[in-house]
Amino acid sequence: MAKITLNVDGKSHTIDADPDMPLLYALRDDLQMNNPRFGCGLAQCGACTVHLNGQPIRSCVTPVSSVGDAKVVTMAGLGTPEKPHPIQAAYVEEQVPQCGYCINGWVMTAAALLNNKKKPTDDEIKQALTGLKCRCGTHVNIMRAVRRAAEMMG
Amino acid sequence: MTKMEKTSTFTRRSLLQAGGALVISIGSPIGIDTVLGISAAHAQGTKPPLTPDQLSSFIAIDAEGKVSAFFGKMDMGQGLFTAIGQMVAEELDVPFKSVKVIMGDTATSVNQGGASGSTGIQNGGKQMRVAAAEARRVLVEMAAQKLNVPAEQLTVIDGVVQAKSDPAKRATYAELIGGRYFNVQLDWNKQMGNLLYAPGKAEPKKPSEYKIVGKPLPREDIAPIVYCETPYSTDIRRPGMLHARMIRPAVAGATPVKVDESSIKDIPGAKVYQENGFLAVLADKEWDAIKASQQLKVQWSDAKPPFPDQAKLFDHIRNTPARKNELEGKPIGDVDTAFKNAARVIEAEYEWPFQSHACMGPACATVEIQGDQVTCWTGSQKPHYVQNGISRTIGVPLDKVRSIWVVGPGSYGRSDADDAAMDAAVLAKAMGRPVRVQYTREQGTGWDPKGPASIHRARAAIDANGNINAYEFFSKGFSRNDVNTNGSQPFDTLAGHFRGIGLRSGDNFGIPAEAYVFANKKTSWETIAPFLDRASPLRTSHLRDPVGPQVHFASESFMDEVAAALNVDPVELRLRYLKNPRDIAVIKAAAEKADWKPRTSPRKDQSGNTVTGRGLAYARRNGTLVAIALEVDVDRPTGKIWVRRVTVAHDCGQIINPIGLQHTLEGNVIQGISRAIWEEVKFDNKAVTSVDWLTYPILDITETPERVDVVALDHPDLPPTGAGEATMRPLAAAIANAVFDATGVRIRRAPLTPERVRAAMS
Repeated sequence: MAKITLNVDGKSHTIDADPDMPLLYALRDDLQMNNPRFGCGLAQCGACTVHLNGQPIRSCVTPVSSVGDAKVVTMAGLGTPEKPHPIQAAYVEEQVPQCGYCINGWVMTAAALLNNKKKPTDDEIKQALTGLKCRCGTHVNIMRAVRRAAEMMG
Repeated sequence: MTKMEKTSTFTRRSLLQAGGALVISIGSPIGIDTVLGISAAHAQGTKPPLTPDQLSSFIAIDAEGKVSAFFGKMDMGQGLFTAIGQMVAEELDVPFKSVKVIMGDTATSVNQGGASGSTGIQNGGKQMRVAAAEARRVLVEMAAQKLNVPAEQLTVIDGVVQAKSDPAKRATYAELIGGRYFNVQLDWNKQMGNLLYAPGKAEPKKPSEYKIVGKPLPREDIAPIVYCETPYSTDIRRPGMLHARMIRPAVAGATPVKVDESSIKDIPGAKVYQENGFLAVLADKEWDAIKASQQLKVQWSDAKPPFPDQAKLFDHIRNTPARKNELEGKPIGDVDTAFKNAARVIEAEYEWPFQSHACMGPACATVEIQGDQVTCWTGSQKPHYVQNGISRTIGVPLDKVRSIWVVGPGSYGRSDADDAAMDAAVLAKAMGRPVRVQYTREQGTGWDPKGPASIHRARAAIDANGNINAYEFFSKGFSRNDVNTNGSQPFDTLAGHFRGIGLRSGDNFGIPAEAYVFANKKTSWETIAPFLDRASPLRTSHLRDPVGPQVHFASESFMDEVAAALNVDPVELRLRYLKNPRDIAVIKAAAEKADWKPRTSPRKDQSGNTVTGRGLAYARRNGTLVAIALEVDVDRPTGKIWVRRVTVAHDCGQIINPIGLQHTLEGNVIQGISRAIWEEVKFDNKAVTSVDWLTYPILDITETPERVDVVALDHPDLPPTGAGEATMRPLAAAIANAVFDATGVRIRRAPLTPERVRAAMS
């Protein structure tokens, strides 16, 4: 066990944890956050995605001890109803989710794409999102939402 | 049965007298506080019982005039919160935003069957509609007494009853009943579940009067998901809760012979619970439970499950004696004679594999027992049956169990969710503490109930003029119900099986749902026994559109084969044998939107690596009709299919919410393509080996069609039917037909993976 300090959504938290424990369980179990989510524990689906210094990572396979002082941003920290990230606003506008369990992967990965790339093409969007899973099959709507968010971001 | 209504006359005097019987504050209409308030009210005997013959079981109006609609079905992401709210608001003449739909809690809603067979609107909405209409009628009667104006001279605008001739004579719903329960009896048909129906005296509105039904209102439950305000079934945390992981055998049928508890003694607070083959580890911290599950040393019994080589699966189905055979659908004419006299017989056989629910996350459930009261939070789409299941599994009275549906990681039928709820109940009782069971990915995909594998034979007798004179369709496969569609019985869940109760496989399959008119026609099926009579990773149950994709992959591929053999355009062939205008209309609508030009398949004008083809297929489902026309690209060197463009023409009668319908159909299209070209449960002679997203791949975002068009045919004057599954039916056949059109190669075995397509072309 070790004392580990994490910067999550702009706040500092110190937890006592096994250094090998994945970041996901620090967020869900120690910090009692409902997002990100457990989908596979194998970095195969994206449901656990958070930003680490702006880059999307799979928190289910990221040891909590490897985070260091990097800034962790979850979907809750990405935006709020009052101040949404454009991809969140677009997700609401396009009515994307069905069950919605997969949403962290798509939103956090698309946000990172859009923060770094103006007006991506459909192919660029798909390449950025490949590998993420949505079992309800909202793919068509996800594409609509990312395109819409890209337009909102100019 | 006659309608009984205690407040039927509603004289001023009776209303005043009835004050005591009617009055009970319900407070805020949503949230746990309300539910607890309602439970307390129940205990005082002031609320009418939560039974289907009470209007209060469906509709309540609070002191501000806000409407709570208590719904006994569940939304699996297709927008029922909105659609049911629209139906209720419409009948009550209140603004849509005044209605809150509360679903899936056994403390607040009666069992309307849960999510089941795409009947959310078809059956569930039908009931909510008549309940809301009855509530409006009663409120208008009450207003008539209060205002001293005959009911027929009153109208309702936004929850305000007013005289048509004098709007100053008015009474709001809040004034009339706000904060009190209805005490009005409904004419219940004594059915529970999907068939429950309990109308009042009121007639619902005429569709021509609709102001809210039919509008593309957005889902208000989406923003809370996007802003992380919606708790899921994985997010329930109770004081003193233990995290549990189940330990499943690596070889199906093996049982734990020796469990070495000392192997996890270095993990703080880690515990083992074993009851026969039911084995779990638990810990205060989730990560500790995970470590314990990885570290626990277990010696397992030898087991040799009778799973055949995967390559022999369909031979196993062909060669195994049937346990049940069923002539389903009314036979027409004399098929045998027609085949004897045929000028030509066309026949083919098709194969469909086991498929997995493979929900986005493996199931999670939490159970807490306080005193004699058991509470379960479950993602099961049938929480009322979970209540039954827990009662029977851990031996507590039904009325001491409360089951609360919390949105889970997707649900497409009888998934692993019901199993997780029972596991949590067993462990909570054994441990004396709340327990949260989270399955692993491997357990979610490896041990969920599977959609059944099957073979299908179709043949057509062609007469001398090239007409289809007889048609015969036969399916043989594993039953669709090794375990039932809900978890209400211990013999239907893994907790029961692992604790020693045998599996009681039922026998059920299905036949093509279409309306082709042939002079001679016969449809039938046979089922075979499951491999194991106990906990099995290959046990079957309902997976979205149970047996629909497999049956119609075969039947609609076959229609295409007949069209090609007779040199007829596939649309033209279908239209020759359909007489019902709605079947004809969906096919014509799909063909028109897809710019379908008459010609025969296959195309013979293509060279190069990528060839393109088109395919069409159609099906019915429980009153809904759907036709799909689509285009595929086939990459010949790799065999990879890209479904480039999809057109869905869909007729589900009256449309409640067109945007919700569109999104439901688009989701069906993607999941249907995924199942048609990627999904197949793999197994060896020990266990299921497709256990994650690498071994059980689904459609990737890079494979999204470039265009999906939905043509929603609206029939406002017809009852609404379901949209959650019908589109899944014809997709695989439409794809196989398009691959044939593109390549000239007919693939009769799903899924149409690149390897299979490449092999078929070589």
